[in-house]
Amino acid sequence: MNTKRKKIDYSKWGYIFILPFFICFFIFSFIPLMDTVRYSFFEYYRSGIKEIGPNFVGMENYVSLIKSDMLKYAANTLILWIIGFIPQIVIALMLAEWFVDARLKIHGTQFFKVVIYLPNLIMASAFAMLFFTMFSTNGPVNSILISLGMIKQPVDFLGSVTGTRSLVGLMNFLMWFGNTTIMLMAAIMGISPDIFEASELDGCNSIQRFFSITLPLIRPILAYTLITSVIGGLQMFDVPQILTNGQGTPDRTSMTLIMFLNSHLKSKNYGMAGALSVYLFIVSGILCFFVYQMTTNDDPDGSKAAAKKAKKEKRG
Amino acid sequence: MKKRTVSILLAASMAAGSLTGCGGSNPGSAASGGEEGKVINIYSWNNEFKERVEAVYPEVAETSKDGTVTTLKDGTEIHWIINPNQDGVYQQKLDEALLKQADASADDKVDIFLSETDYVNKYTDADADVAMPLKDLGIDPETDLADQYAFTKVTASDVNGIQRGSTWQCCPGLLVYRRDIAKDVFGTDDPEAVGEKVKDWDTMKATAAELKAKGYFTFASYADTFRLYGNSIAEPWVKPGENVIRVDQQIMNWVSDSKEWLDAGYLDKTVKGQWNADWNQAMGSASQVFAFLFPAWGIDFTLKPNWDGETGMWGVTNPPQEYNWGGSYIHACTGTDNPQHVKDIILAVTGDKENLLKISRDFSDFTNTKTSMQNAAKDDANFSSEFLGGQNAFKYFAPVAENIVMAPLSPYDQGCVELIQNSFSDYLQGQVDFDKAKANFETAILERYPEITQVQWPE
Amino acid sequence: MKSKGSNYFRSIFAHVMLVILSFMCLFFFYILFVNATRSHADLQKGFSALPGAYLWKNLMSVANDGSFPMFRGILNSLVVSGSSAAICTYFSALTAYGLYAYNFKLKKAAFTFIMAILVMPTQVTAMGFLRLITNMGMYDSLLPLIIPSIASPSVFYFMYSYLQSSLPMSLVEAARIDGSGEFRTFNTIVLPITKPAIAVQAIFTFVGSWNNYFVPALVIQSKDKMTVPILIATLRGADYMNFDMGKIYTMIMVAIVPIILVYLFLSKYIIAGVTLGGVKE
Repeated sequence: MNTKRKKIDYSKWGYIFILPFFICFFIFSFIPLMDTVRYSFFEYYRSGIKEIGPNFVGMENYVSLIKSDMLKYAANTLILWIIGFIPQIVIALMLAEWFVDARLKIHGTQFFKVVIYLPNLIMASAFAMLFFTMFSTNGPVNSILISLGMIKQPVDFLGSVTGTRSLVGLMNFLMWFGNTTIMLMAAIMGISPDIFEASELDGCNSIQRFFSITLPLIRPILAYTLITSVIGGLQMFDVPQILTNGQGTPDRTSMTLIMFLNSHLKSKNYGMAGALSVYLFIVSGILCFFVYQMTTNDDPDGSKAAAKKAKKEKRG
Repeated sequence: MKKRTVSILLAASMAAGSLTGCGGSNPGSAASGGEEGKVINIYSWNNEFKERVEAVYPEVAETSKDGTVTTLKDGTEIHWIINPNQDGVYQQKLDEALLKQADASADDKVDIFLSETDYVNKYTDADADVAMPLKDLGIDPETDLADQYAFTKVTASDVNGIQRGSTWQCCPGLLVYRRDIAKDVFGTDDPEAVGEKVKDWDTMKATAAELKAKGYFTFASYADTFRLYGNSIAEPWVKPGENVIRVDQQIMNWVSDSKEWLDAGYLDKTVKGQWNADWNQAMGSASQVFAFLFPAWGIDFTLKPNWDGETGMWGVTNPPQEYNWGGSYIHACTGTDNPQHVKDIILAVTGDKENLLKISRDFSDFTNTKTSMQNAAKDDANFSSEFLGGQNAFKYFAPVAENIVMAPLSPYDQGCVELIQNSFSDYLQGQVDFDKAKANFETAILERYPEITQVQWPE
Repeated sequence: MKSKGSNYFRSIFAHVMLVILSFMCLFFFYILFVNATRSHADLQKGFSALPGAYLWKNLMSVANDGSFPMFRGILNSLVVSGSSAAICTYFSALTAYGLYAYNFKLKKAAFTFIMAILVMPTQVTAMGFLRLITNMGMYDSLLPLIIPSIASPSVFYFMYSYLQSSLPMSLVEAARIDGSGEFRTFNTIVLPITKPAIAVQAIFTFVGSWNNYFVPALVIQSKDKMTVPILIATLRGADYMNFDMGKIYTMIMVAIVPIILVYLFLSKYIIAGVTLGGVKE
C-alpha cells in the first residue's frame, strides 16, 4: 500500500523534471522550426533587397530538390563522414582502452589526454585555414615530401577528388578522435573495477576482455557516439566549406548537404532551404532510428532478454 | 544636330528623375531647414570610412574610445554599426535594417550605408529605392562632384542614370613587373619600353612567349587577368527586367585565353586563384613570375609585404587593358532623418579636392579627384615610390582612371563573377571538361539566385 | 608470464601510437603558435617552422586596439560558454533523471520526441530563431546564446545513457527511505554520481559554445557584447590597410587558452569518476 501511494506521487516528479527542457525547446526550437516547415511550401526568397513571395506552391520545392543534385551531395556527405569516422572510432576505442588499462603503465597519460583533445579546441574555421596553407601546392607538406625524396613533383592535394576528400576526412578525424576518446574513457571508467578484476582472475587476456566485457558494457555510450557522429557528419559544414571556398571543389565532389543548404540560405531562399531542412530532418531521423535499433537490440544478450520478456508477456 | 537631341533627352530624363525622387519621400524639404535627428546611423564592414570621416569632416568633435560613437560639434552622434563582411553577415544585417527602415524610430533609422563595387548595383536599384538619389539630398553631381572620375559616377547610378552614391576612392589598376626579369628578357626595365611590350593582348601574348623561353611565367594565375576581361563586358550579366543570365563573349575569351596560356606554360600551374599562400609566394624573390595586375592598394598592401628582395625591384606600367579593382560607395539611405548631415558628410569625404588629397596622403588611396590626381602624376617629389625604384605610379594611374569604361552592372554581379571563376577553374585545371564546367556554373548560379530562369552562353 | 610479455609489447605499441598521434595534434597547434609569433608580412611570404619574434607585438596590437575589445570579448565568451555549460549539463541531467527514474504516462512519448529532435541541424531554424528573439526583445543580448542550451537533446541522451549504466535505482530507493525529497535526492546523490559525465559534457558544451560563430553573429550587434569568434571574424573582415594575419592567429591562440584551462580543470573530475564506480555495488 505504501509503495502504491509513492508511485502515484513520483510520476508527478517526472513531469516536473522534464518540464524546463520542453518549455525551452518549445520556445527556442519548435516555433522557429514550424516557421521553417511552413515556408517549405512557399516560394519565398529575396531578389536583391526585394522580397519575393511568400506564394504558396505546395510540394514544388520538394520536387525540384529531388530533381537537383541533392542525392549526389548526400553521397558526398556520407563518403566524407566515413573517411573520418572509421579511423576515429577505431583509434578512440584503442586509446580509451589503453588509458584505463593500468597494466600497460602508460607514461604521461595526463599529457596525452590533453594533447589529443587540443585540435578540437581550435575553431574549425581556423583549423581549416591552417590546413589550407599546409597542403597548398607550394606549401610546407609538399616541400617536406620532396626533400625526403618521397615525391618528385608537388602533389596538388586540393585539386584532386581523393586529395580533398582525404584532407576533409583527416581533419575531421584529428578534430574529433580526442573528443571520442574522452567520452569512451568516461564510459569505461564507469564500469566497476571489480568486473575487470574478476575477469583477470578468470584468465581473460586483454583482447578477450575488451570484446567480451568492455564493449558490451559501454554499448549505450557507443550508441551515443555513433549517433552524435552520424548527426555531426550529416551537419558537416565548416571544414569542407573553408577548405574548398564554399564550392565543394573539384566538380562539387566535396559539397555536403549543409553546404548545399547554406547556399540556399545565402540567397535567402527560405522556401527551398525549408524544404531541404525537412528532407534533412527526415533522413537523420531514419538514420538515428537504425543506429538506435542496431546498438540496443542487435546484441545477443539484449535480444535474448527481449525474447524472454516477450515470452513472459505471451504467457501472462 | 545629333548632339543636341542627346542633351535634351538627358535633361528630360534628369528632370524626370528628380521629380520622381521628390514625389517619393520628399526629403528635399527636410534638407532645407527641417528638424535634424540626433543620431546618424552608419552601416559599414570596417573602419575605413570612419577613419576618413574623422580625418576630413570638420564637424567631428571626438570618437569614443571603443570607436562605436563619434560625437559631432553640434551634439549629434554618429553611431557606427560595423559588421564583418565574412559569410555575408554585413549584407544580411544591412538588408534586415533596410527592410525595417520605414517602421524604425527616428534614432534607429539607417542614415548612411556603404557598398562595394561588386554589389553596389543591388542597392542603387531604382525599384528598391533604398539609396537616395544624390539630387534629393541637394547634391548636384554635375557641379558638386564635377571633379570625380566619370566611371565612379556611372557605377553608383541606377538604370535611369540617376546617381545614388558617391565614393572617395578610385581603383585604377596597372601592370606591376619585376625589373630584374624585364632586364633579363627584354634588355631594359624602362616602364615605357615594357609598356610597349604589354600594350594589348596580342602583343602581350608574344611577350609571354619571350618570357617563357627564358623560363619565366607572365602572370601567376588565371584569376589575375579575370578583372580585365570582366570589366569590359558589353552587356550586363542580367538585363534590367529580365531573369536571364547572359554570359558575355569576353568571359568566354577569358576562359579560352586562360586555357591557352596555362597550357602554353605562360601561367604558373601551381597557383590556383588569388589570396592564397601559393599566390603570395609568387610575389617573392624566388618566384619566376614576371608581373601582377594591381591597383594602388594592391601594390602597397599586398605586393610590398610579400616581396623579400631588394627594394626598388618592381616597376609599374600601363596594363594591356584599363580596369578598375575595388572601391567603396557611400549611400544616403532613403528615409534618413539627418539629410543635412548626410549631405555634408558625403560632400566632405567625396567632393572636396583638399580633403581627397589629404586622404591620398594619409591613407595612400588613389582618390576620386581628376585634377588633383593629374597634379600628383606630375609631382614626382611627393609621390614617387621607393618600392617602385623611384617611379611615380600616379603618372600611370591617372590616365588609366580616365580611360576606364565601367562595364554595365547588374545586381547579380557579385555571384556571377565569383561563381564563374570557381566553376571554370575546375576546367582550367583539367578536372572537368568544358561542358561540365558550364553545367556547374548553371547549377551554382541558380542556387544563388532563385529568380534566374536561364543561362545563355555566347555562340 | 605470457600475458606480462604481451603487455610489454602492447605498452610499447601504445606508446609509439600515442607519440605519433600527439605529434600530429601538436604539430598543427605548433604551427598556430608559430604563426602567432610572426608579423603579417612574414606570414604572407609563406610557411616557417621556427617562431618569429612578433608575439609580443601582435599581442599588444590586439590588446591595445581601442575599437577591438579583446578582453571584453573573452569575458563575454566566458560568461556565455560557462553559463551554457552549467545550465546545459544540469538541466540535461535533470531531464535524463526525470525520464530514467520515474514512470509516467508520457514517458515513452517524451523520450521518442527528444530522440527525434536530436538530429535537427541548427542552421535549419536559424532564421526563425532570429525573428523570434527579435520579437521577444532579446536581440543583441547574451541571453539567447545561453538559455536555449537548456534543451540540448544530445547532452540529454548522453546523460540518459550514463544513468542507465551507472545509477542503480536501489540507491534512489534507499535515499527515499531515508526521507530525502526528490530534488534533494537528485542534487545530492544523482548529480555526484554523474560527475564524470557532467564533466565530459561540460567540456564539450563549453568548447562548442566558445567556438560558435553562426548564431552569435546573427544575434549580437554591439561591440561590448561580441564574443571571441565574432571578434576574430571582424579582424578578418578588416580593410586591406589594417588586415593583419599575425593579429588573427594571435587572437585565435589567445582564444584557446581559456578552454585549455577549463579542460585541465574538468579533466580532474573525469579521473575522479573512476573511484565513483564503486558506489554502484
